[in-house]
Amino acid sequence: MEAGGAATDGKRRLSGGAIIAAIKASGIEYILSVPDITTSSGLLAPIAQNPAFRLIRVCKEDECVGIASGLFYSDKRALMLIQHTGFLDSINAIRGVAVEYKQPICMMIGLLQHDPDKPPRESPRYGVRIVEPILDDMGIPHHLISLDADVAKIQPAIENAYRQSRAVAFLVGRSPS
Amino acid sequence: MMKRDECFRVLARHITNEAVVATYSSAVDWVAIKPRVLNYTSIGAMGLDISHGLGLALGQPNKRVVVLQGDGSLLMNLGSLVTIAAVAPKNLVHFVAHNETYEANGGHPIPQRNVDFASMARSAGYAACYDFADLDVFTQQVAHVLEQDGPVFATLHVEPSKPLFYDYPSLYDPAKRQAFKAAWQM
Repeated sequence: MEAGGAATDGKRRLSGGAIIAAIKASGIEYILSVPDITTSSGLLAPIAQNPAFRLIRVCKEDECVGIASGLFYSDKRALMLIQHTGFLDSINAIRGVAVEYKQPICMMIGLLQHDPDKPPRESPRYGVRIVEPILDDMGIPHHLISLDADVAKIQPAIENAYRQSRAVAFLVGRSPS
Repeated sequence: MMKRDECFRVLARHITNEAVVATYSSAVDWVAIKPRVLNYTSIGAMGLDISHGLGLALGQPNKRVVVLQGDGSLLMNLGSLVTIAAVAPKNLVHFVAHNETYEANGGHPIPQRNVDFASMARSAGYAACYDFADLDVFTQQVAHVLEQDGPVFATLHVEPSKPLFYDYPSLYDPAKRQAFKAAWQM
């Protein structure tokens, strides 16, 4: 029973180190961020100490969209690391730059207070429940990152975003450790 | 009080290979005065112009970026002053045309007409900040403003202009974005 329980817990783990390695392998140089409690200790804190990245701490999430766009004109890759509330606050910027201008805006979005064992669309929290439908309406591909097995989605999705010049969103449903 | 187009004519004499980010009324005036491939007028949402400018400056640290922003746009992204001061790009010059109105949206006043943007930028930590309300003084000092290490901030106190024609399809032309990208990487 104990061994089985341990195995189940292991499957439910999400490694921050593996996510960071996938981000680096995707050619991301700039991390643009407003802190998010879901990704705070598992992603943002180690990224801040990692010389492979240049971390730009911004005051409001829509700034990230403009900065990423400006970097794109020099073929520099950037990833927004934000909370889903900041995504919701940045919809107009994402609409303009990512969707209408067709630019590769890459977003890693922590789902605040999300139950990682439920699909986001079934969350009791309204703010979490509406994220995927909004992304669908905007035509932005999105990937749920809740388990270690999901990390393999990151690099191909970022490469595809830059190859096709379109946005992509990763929804982090569990606090990485 | 100056006129924005007069300020931009003075500025244009000093612009060579810089990227110039300009939006709304400032963009209309600027592209009429200085049409060129390194004008950047697609910013996607009001207030984001200076954030695009920061990204451009980071991407090409050996080239200079000049942002021509309106006061209404800066008010929508005031936190950007703090972000930019923290990043401290030496190659970024940030002008704000302070005409005290949302000129592109009917000429309604901004919430506080006499807000002191240069003091805000100074408090945020910009390397140098200026206030210009006299065209002769601006003419005399603009070269110095453009040449020094940034981030540099300058308020241009200007009158609301005569009604403008906002040719958004041209300002947001995807072909211009592509041409800008090619020229910016040369």
